[in-house]
Amino acid sequence: MLKTLLSGDMPRAPILSALLVVILICLALAPFLFPGVRSVDTAARICIFIVLVASYDLLLGYGGIVSFAHTMFFGLGAYGVALASTHLGRGFDSLLIGTLGGAAVAATLALVIGLFSLRVRAIFFAMITLAVASAVAVLVSQLSGLTGGEDGLSFKIPRALGPAFKFADGEIFGVKANGKLLKYYLIFGACLILFLLMLRIVNSPFGRVLQSIRENDFRAEAIGYRVVHYRVAATCLSAAIAACAGALYAIWLRYVGPDTTLSMEIMIDILLMVVIGGMGTMYGAVIGATLFVLAQNYLQNLLSLAGDSVATLPLLPDLLNADRWLLWLGVLFILSVYFFPTGIVGRLRNN
Amino acid sequence: MSAAPEHAPTMARLSVGQRLGPYAPVLLLAAIMAIGHLAIPATSSWLTLTLSGLAMGMMIFIMASGLTLVFGLMDVINFGHGAFVSVGAFVGVSFLLLLEHMSGASSLTLNLTALMVAIVGAMAATGLMGWAFERVIVKPVYGHHLKQILVTMGGLIVVEQLIIVLWGPEEIYITRPESLKGAITFAGAALEKYRLVAVGIGIVVFLAMRWTLRRTKIGLIVRAGVENGEMVMALGYNLRLVFIGVFVAGSALAGLGGVLWGLYQEVVTAHMGNQTMILVFIVVIIGGLGSVEGCFIGALMVGLLQNYVAFLEPKAALISNIALMVAILMWRPMGMIPVVKAK
Amino acid sequence: MSDPILKLEGVFTNIAQYHILQGVDLTVPRGEVTMLLGRNGVGKTTTLRTIIGHWRAHQGRVLLDGTDITGLPTPQIARAGIGFVPEDMGIFADLTVEENMILAAVSGPIDQTRLQWLFTVFPALETFWKKDAGTLSGGQKQMLSIARAMIEERTLYLIDEPTKGLAPAIITTMARAIKELKAQGASILLVEQNFAVAKALGDSANVMDDGRMIWSGRMSELTEDTALQERLMGLSMEAH
Repeated sequence: MLKTLLSGDMPRAPILSALLVVILICLALAPFLFPGVRSVDTAARICIFIVLVASYDLLLGYGGIVSFAHTMFFGLGAYGVALASTHLGRGFDSLLIGTLGGAAVAATLALVIGLFSLRVRAIFFAMITLAVASAVAVLVSQLSGLTGGEDGLSFKIPRALGPAFKFADGEIFGVKANGKLLKYYLIFGACLILFLLMLRIVNSPFGRVLQSIRENDFRAEAIGYRVVHYRVAATCLSAAIAACAGALYAIWLRYVGPDTTLSMEIMIDILLMVVIGGMGTMYGAVIGATLFVLAQNYLQNLLSLAGDSVATLPLLPDLLNADRWLLWLGVLFILSVYFFPTGIVGRLRNN
Repeated sequence: MSAAPEHAPTMARLSVGQRLGPYAPVLLLAAIMAIGHLAIPATSSWLTLTLSGLAMGMMIFIMASGLTLVFGLMDVINFGHGAFVSVGAFVGVSFLLLLEHMSGASSLTLNLTALMVAIVGAMAATGLMGWAFERVIVKPVYGHHLKQILVTMGGLIVVEQLIIVLWGPEEIYITRPESLKGAITFAGAALEKYRLVAVGIGIVVFLAMRWTLRRTKIGLIVRAGVENGEMVMALGYNLRLVFIGVFVAGSALAGLGGVLWGLYQEVVTAHMGNQTMILVFIVVIIGGLGSVEGCFIGALMVGLLQNYVAFLEPKAALISNIALMVAILMWRPMGMIPVVKAK
Repeated sequence: MSDPILKLEGVFTNIAQYHILQGVDLTVPRGEVTMLLGRNGVGKTTTLRTIIGHWRAHQGRVLLDGTDITGLPTPQIARAGIGFVPEDMGIFADLTVEENMILAAVSGPIDQTRLQWLFTVFPALETFWKKDAGTLSGGQKQMLSIARAMIEERTLYLIDEPTKGLAPAIITTMARAIKELKAQGASILLVEQNFAVAKALGDSANVMDDGRMIWSGRMSELTEDTALQERLMGLSMEAH
């Protein structure tokens, strides 16, 4: 049963299995285990980023293709939901139409970019996605009539997902039985399904061909696989799933803006999460996203403590400034690519 | 004994299209200028825009040339190239602020001396940084594109953060040297002095680079190495050393580009380098990865198009360059001047 | 006879996961033309590429003039006195014939007397001196490739199939060039599929099969023994 659910791709390491189980339990019971507003928000962000990072890993780790447009696809889903809810009125149908619309646009755009660049050289893809994603980000902030520009769009989601909606009297295990709880479980459930779907994809014959292309594209082509077709298909799939993650993020925040979905910072975060968690293993996305989001929320405090403790020394306080944590992540990132290209999951599996 | 029958080469007259083929990129550039004039009939506005397009193109070329050569020579793609632009800008601006009494004085000689000091300082700093970058970041991941992209991107993050550590998180505003402020009037058009200088520097860099590549032995090694590095080594040249030299020179040029760009925008930020990389990547792709001439023409096209379109419809400026890239890739999938690779 | 100019001792070379050379032994005597023969895909080109250092020998030794050059970087091996003419000719198509030759003169400006001599061997070079090498015909490219290796005096020339796909007239030119080189005292290791050329030029011969040397001896022994040819290469010279 479990094996079928995981498509036969077991964690294959005791510590890894334990970690995954702990993460799953924590996320599944987050509203009850950590009932603060901030911690539930963190849990939802972790769920969404697991899907986002896993969909990126589908491309990078399994397909061997570097894309800088993943936040663009993420944003397309988010703006899809926001625009649909704004123009079609609040409702579950708007959410669905927005999500599907965003995913369709994302997949189409991925198809076009893929056909243009992957046909020539895989390396074009990285450069072209960077250019296109930046252009789209600029466009979104300029077309303020449609997108709200830099301010973004706030929109209404169905009442059933709001805090005013009560689906039961009183509390369940001390937690208010309101629409906010439902919303968390909508996010959690959707993310779980999307993750299991991706696990299925990478363990399907399609996923295996993709990996053999990553290992040796000449040989895969020689055996008779149309390398470009497989790579483009992976790009489209990955884009569509990223758009779904974006839609969920928009639903959770009831807001969408360039900073929360399209910015280069988020793209860099995704890269860091994939590499640190472990490229080419779906579980790497789980570990990477969880650690990263937790660190982002809580570790920065630690860093500022360290900065305060050396406040009297020159330069060191600046280096240890909480705002400079990206510096240390960058260093960590480079070191991981050199020394642990398989990330945390690869390490755990080898031990 | 038998041998393959001799392949008799026929010298048929080439069609017009074939004969024009090699000049097509230049003609395309002229076409963009002509169409620009049709769309913007007022000659004075058109002249102003053309100058600023050329200035922008020259600066992009200066930044992009190193990137394209590094790729051609060693198949190394440096996504951290923008870091050199940013560092160059910050070092250059620091020198200019230090020499404020010179750049602010109303003497052309003093102004230009300050600018030269800033440029030399920035190029020395970024050249040195390029050397370190090649040693530490790029060297361990030769022949591995995926890791190259990731690691150089990581390098970019680290350098951007270090800039913030050293210079603080705020953008720095900078005024141009006194005698480069303002504009001259020509045929009724206001031509900014600074843009004229930028065009001049761009032309000098392009000609110097062309001369080096065509007339010196090191240039021959680089051109031959782009085509078939293995054979260059089999002749007895240490291509690794040449490559490091090109990497350092390319980084120094990016630094120069950074100074020029910073003074063009009159503000510098840690992320400015990565922002210019968007146009730089478009330029190296449409020019043909590894081709300096393609890079030059591509950069001018992008600069001109950006300025013409921004004048007509500001929101479409960046999209127009993406459209240009798409159109050129449909016409020539490997870029305007594709580099012949032996393998 | 003095020490050999080049000696390979039990060389193994792997390319990716494939074991291409599996213990190659080869001796190239000084001042001779040594033929490297065998069917397609038995490892002749890989042997040359291992000597020049494009591929690294995983096991065994390569000795140039008694010095161990195994694993040295290619430029260093080349400067030790090896002229290399690869199978694909390695012409720099974007450079002119002149620029190709300037590059080939590694130690300084081109020696004009030697250049004049090369022009008598390959008159086409002088005709197309200022042309882009990419515009040359196949035969002219091959001449340029060999001339490039010859522009400076080398102790050993590695030449990979110089007559492949060329017209008889050009093959004669190639053969004469190689003879002139030999007359100057150079040693030559020549990969060749054309038996007539091999017969005319070769002093000693080595036959490879499946990544190993299966026969070494004088060229004359091989040319006279049709049965031996049949056994070694699956065909006789006459049939070819």
